[in-house]
Formats: sequence, structure tokens, C-alpha cells
Amino acid sequence: MPEIRNYTLNFGPQHPAAHGVLRLVLELDGEVVQRADPHVGLLHRGTEKLAESKPYNQSIGYMDRLDYVSMMCNEHGYVLAIEKLLGVQAPERAQYIRVMFDEITRILNHLMWLGTHALDIGAMTLFLYCFREREDLMDVYEAVSGARMHATYYRPGGVYRDLPNVMPQFNVSKWHNEKDVAKMNEARSGSLLDFIEDFVTRFPALLDEYETLLTDNRIWKQRTVGIATVSPERALQLGFTGPMLRGSGIEWDLRKKQPYEVYDKLKFDIPVGVNGDCYDRYLVRMEEFRQSNRIIQQCVDWLRANPGPVMLEDNKVSPPPREEMKGDMEALIHHFKLFTEGYCVPEGEAYAAIEHPKGEFGVYMVSDGANKPYRVKVRAPGFAHLSAMDEMVKGHMISDVVSVIGTMDVVFGEIDR
Amino acid sequence: MSELFDTVWGWGEFLWSFTIVQIVLSIVALMVPLMLCVAYLTFAERKIIGYMQVRIGPNRVGFFGFKMWGLGQPIADAVKLMFKEIIIPAKANKVLFLMAPVISLATALAAWAVIPLNDFLGIADEVNAGLLYVLAITSLGVYGVIIAGWSSNSKYAFLGALRSSAQIVAYEIAMGFALVGVLLAAGDLNLRVIVESQHGELGLLDWFWLPLFPLFIVYFISGVAETNRAPFDVAEGESEIVAGFHVDYSGMAFAVFFLAEYANMILIAALTAIMFAGGWYSPLPEAWIPGGIMGSLIGDGIQWFIIKTAFFLIFFLWFRATFPRYRYDQIMRLGWKVFIPVTIVWLLVVAVMVLMQLGPWFD
Repeated sequence: MPEIRNYTLNFGPQHPAAHGVLRLVLELDGEVVQRADPHVGLLHRGTEKLAESKPYNQSIGYMDRLDYVSMMCNEHGYVLAIEKLLGVQAPERAQYIRVMFDEITRILNHLMWLGTHALDIGAMTLFLYCFREREDLMDVYEAVSGARMHATYYRPGGVYRDLPNVMPQFNVSKWHNEKDVAKMNEARSGSLLDFIEDFVTRFPALLDEYETLLTDNRIWKQRTVGIATVSPERALQLGFTGPMLRGSGIEWDLRKKQPYEVYDKLKFDIPVGVNGDCYDRYLVRMEEFRQSNRIIQQCVDWLRANPGPVMLEDNKVSPPPREEMKGDMEALIHHFKLFTEGYCVPEGEAYAAIEHPKGEFGVYMVSDGANKPYRVKVRAPGFAHLSAMDEMVKGHMISDVVSVIGTMDVVFGEIDR
Repeated sequence: MSELFDTVWGWGEFLWSFTIVQIVLSIVALMVPLMLCVAYLTFAERKIIGYMQVRIGPNRVGFFGFKMWGLGQPIADAVKLMFKEIIIPAKANKVLFLMAPVISLATALAAWAVIPLNDFLGIADEVNAGLLYVLAITSLGVYGVIIAGWSSNSKYAFLGALRSSAQIVAYEIAMGFALVGVLLAAGDLNLRVIVESQHGELGLLDWFWLPLFPLFIVYFISGVAETNRAPFDVAEGESEIVAGFHVDYSGMAFAVFFLAEYANMILIAALTAIMFAGGWYSPLPEAWIPGGIMGSLIGDGIQWFIIKTAFFLIFFLWFRATFPRYRYDQIMRLGWKVFIPVTIVWLLVVAVMVLMQLGPWFD
């Protein structure tokens, strides 16, 4: 009798469904996975260590690059930790802006998740539909910060600047004549808030469009229902957070349970799954789209009605306005100090967590009183989810591994850091 | 001048007297347009799926400096692939590795021999076991996939080959049973006779798709599965096993697989048109067809065969743009537990209908 061995398959890191650089060593019995061994670290950039060698504000840009599909949410966690150490709070308008952009980011992230999840399972059209909407939200990012992805928009004590009153517009070119451009610029003729409101009003119909392609599709259901079921108890033990935990039926959302910023003033619901399988997690995220949309609408209404400062007027933390600097000695000194040395943060430690699109994103920070953090530790939700890979795919087939990677919504920027 | 013409004409007549020359010429006359169709099917796919996905598709490459909506794209692709290196993996079985794409394409093209294009065109359409020949040749095509997967000596390719062979066995049976229904209905294995038995006064209501509707659906879906197209593309499984059986192929060796896939699509669409949609017959009732030029345009003829084939081809593309991919075991379940029982039940129904000489199809 020859010895029968399992078939070992290297899944990734160069694999179309590996979502970046996941290397997964699969032990197969036929097509059935016996063991899945995820390897991490291929995208390690030493973000936490780098942050130790720079003034606090200079690491905000690194946070964008952690989970590179939900940029501003990462910044938010980092900025909140600094604010906690400093003992300051952003003005209310800044808080609303942050919440609005957190939710825009959630939609951005979930669009990416939906597109790639569907693409992994083979429905390629949805991917392009999702990217069409992502494009609009990227423009929102660009309008407010100048960058489409790595915005670096949040600051300890507020946000970098107020929402612009004009949206950038398309120009007539070789490819688009005047009529096309006029149509494309229709939503862009007003302020940024007008553009966001336009998006918010048309987005639910687009969501319905996505759902007609997937939610009741027999193949989609066959591929997701009953796949990678996680019981609520086990989900807690595995350290799941965000939609992964809610998909298993546990109503846990930091926006409700530990409200930060202005979430306690906004109306929204927390969708919860029942069975804890890929399909429930899909439904939870689809509902989160709609809830985020609701939150954005409320923020837009509030922001329209309440102008005000978006940055703390404490020049020990936030730079003075440029005009003031030209004539005022003290402002010049503040500016110089802030942009060379930065600000010093009182000794202590703080942990700030936010409800990131993927789960609980936390930043634990230790300060020794200098202008740089002594230690920064990022709690990435994806890491805990990826750790459950073996348990989730055991006994399923190779095709399901792909569904599971999709449902985890892993991004290696944050896992490898 | 006329002397030269006479000499050439004489030579031509002399050559034509050899049967082999006639056969080769008729094969070339069919294959060249067919390969062009294959090339432009890839272009049509990119354009049509592009349209479904709110994008433009290829629109840059044209001829002689004119863009011409990107019509030069397939030619440019072919030229590019021809000049690319064919990398043979060190541990691959070289002979089999290079033979596999040839088998794939050869079977996809060989089946065209028995296909009647209209009431007189066709290469060997007088073969009286045409249907059997088509079944035999199309099932040979899977050897290309299996050999490719095995000879590449790669794990992904091997998985693709395994999946493909199991899938083909399941769908070959369903497809075979569906064709037995056609055989029952037409009472002949020759494809030309099958088409002719669908002729009637009612136009498209006379075709077999109506009495054999479940078989028609089963046949077409099995055809999609046979050609490894989405949503049955587990042998390729882009996001699972990368490219499945042809993961190690490059350059023209890959292109031949690609051509084979599209040639198979055209073949399945053409066979569907022949067996269930009346081949070259016009869908209009005979009474509606006027005489003259108009009549020859919308009356029976090869144009209807081409239109019907194109119609079925669009479904292949539409499926690809719409559906998620089945899992391997789900495909097997669909094949064995749904399609085969459906075809068996409907075979009985067809047999009864034929026995009762139910009109207008079986009288």
C-alpha cells in the first residue's frame, strides 16, 4: 500500500484572490481543505516603529497606508489616541466632519469588499459597478484633502481644513464634448456638501442594483450560505469585531457601545446576522451601506446648518492661520515650533478604538513626554480575522477558501503593518 | 493573354480533378472565415461585456491609422501572442505539453465537418452518423484540457484538469441524452436531415425548441459547461486556481487554447441552432415571406444560420457578465441530479409525442 499524503498547495502570495500578499499554505485532501496556514509579513513596513521616530503629526500619513482602502478611519484611531493623551477635544463641526468622512470611508471600504468578494466568487460585473461609485467618493476625498486615497486629513484637535465650497469640475477634452461634460458636472456645480448629498440620494438605488445581481442569486447563495459558519461564542473567542462579529449575531458596535465623536447624536441601526455564515456577513455589510448612507445624510444636514471652526484654537497643538503668522510674532513662533519640533504630549498611555469598516481598529500609545510617541501599537481587526482562517475553511473546498478570504475583507496593509 | 489564361485554367481544372484538392479547398473555405469569427468573437466579447459593465472596451487599435472602434484589436493580439516566447516548464512533459493545445483546437474545428451551413453548403454533411460524430469529437476535446493539466506538472494545472475531466463526464451524459431527444424527434442522425425535419409552414414554431424545450435548455447549459465558460469555468477558475489547466502556457500555446475555447463556443451555438432552432430556416411563417430580393433576405438561407448562432453566442457572454461561479461539487450536483433526470423524463415524453405523431412537429 503506498502511503497517501495530502496535497500541499501554496496559495499566494502571487494569487489573484489573495487580496494583496496573503500566502496561504493549504493542505488538501482532494479539493477539501484539511489545514490552512496563513503566512503574514510580506507587506511589513514597520509603521509602528517608524512612528516612534517622528513627531506625532508626521505619522498621520502612515496611518492612511495601513488599511489602504479605509484611509481616514485609520487616521481617526490614531488621532483620537493623541487627543486622549493631550486631553483635548475637536470642535463639534470637526467631529461631524470626521464622522461623515468615517462613514464615507466605510462605504468606500465596503464597495471595495463587495467588488472583490463578488469577483472572487466569479461575478465580475459587480466589481466594475462598485468602482464606478468608488470613483465619486474618491473625488470627495480629493476635494477635501487634495489626495484621492492617502488623505492625511484628520489632525489632533480637528481636521486639516473646512469643507470646500466648490467641487473640481471636468473640462472639455478630446474624449468628452461639451454636452457630456455638462452632464458630468451637474452634481459638481455646487459645494462639496451638495455633491455628497447628491451621492447619498442616488446611492440606495445603486445598492438595490447590486442586490438584484447577488442577494437572491441562486449561485451566489450556494456559494455563501453555510460557508465558514462561526458561532457567536466562537466569534467572541476568536477576537472577531465589526461585521464579522455582527454576522454571527452579536450586536457589538463601538459607535453604539462606546460612542466617540458625535455618534450618540445620530440615528442609525446596527444590522446583525443570524447564522454567522458568509451570506449573513454579506447581508450585514449590505445593510451597513444603507446605515452609513443615513449617517452621512444627517451629517450633511447638520454641517450645512452649523458653520464654525474645524480646528482647535490652541496654538500649542494646532498651527495658527497663515495670515496671523505674517504679522504676529507669537504666531510665527508657534508655527515654527509646530512644524519643526511638533508638540510634546504629556507622559502617559492611551488606547483609542474606533469602529473601523473592518472591525475594531485601535491605537495604543505610550508617551514619555517627548514630541514623539514612545511606542505605538496598532490593533488591526484583520489580523484577528485572518487568524481564524484555519478554523473557518477546514472541511470546505478550495473555492470556499476564496469566499472566506472575501468575507473576511482582509487588507494586508493593516495586518502586516 | 488568352493563351496564358487557358493554361492557368487548364491547370486549375487538372488540380480540381483530384478529390483531395477539392477537400482541402473546401476546408480552407470554411476554416478561414471560422477562424476570423473566432478572432472577432473575442473582440465582441470584450465590447459586449464592456457595455454591460459600463465601460468602453478596446477602442484604440485600428487599421492604417484609423481607429475604427478598435477593430484591429484581435489581429494585434494574435500578432503579439505569436511573437511571445512559449515557455515550457522544466519538469513538464514536452511532447504532451505542446500536443494539448493542438488537440483542443483540432477537435473544436473538426466537428465543423458535418455541420450543414444551408441547404447545400457543408464539407461532409452527407455523413449519416453526423450527430454521433459531433458527440464523439466534442468529448475528445477534454483530452486537451486533461493532458495540458497533467503535462504541465503544476499543482494548479493538475487541479484544473481533475475538475474538468469530472465535469465533462457529467455534462457529456446530459448532453448526450438531450441529443437522443433530438434523434427521436428527427428520426435521423444526419444533421442536414435533422434541420430539414424542422421545416414547416409555421416558421419558428415548427422548430424542435418547442417540443423539446427542457432538452434545449439542458443542451445549451451543458454546452456552456462543456466549453468551460462562466459560470462553469471551474477548470479555469481565475480566482481559485489562477488559470487552471493552462496556467503554465504562454505565447501561442496559450493562444491556441484560447482559440479552442472560442471555437467551441461557436460550435455549441451552431449546434444549438441546428438541432433546436431550425438551422438555416427563416423564423417567419412561409406565408409571410414575399418574393424577390426581400424574400431572399428574410427567407431561408445561411444568413439565418449565422444570426441564430450569434444569438446563442451572446448568451455565453451574457452569462459570463452576470453569474458568479459555481463550486465544483455544485456543478456535479447540477449535472447528475438535475440535468440527467430531466433529460430522461423528457425523453419519455418525446417518445410518446413521436408515437402519437403530434403535430406540427412529428406528423
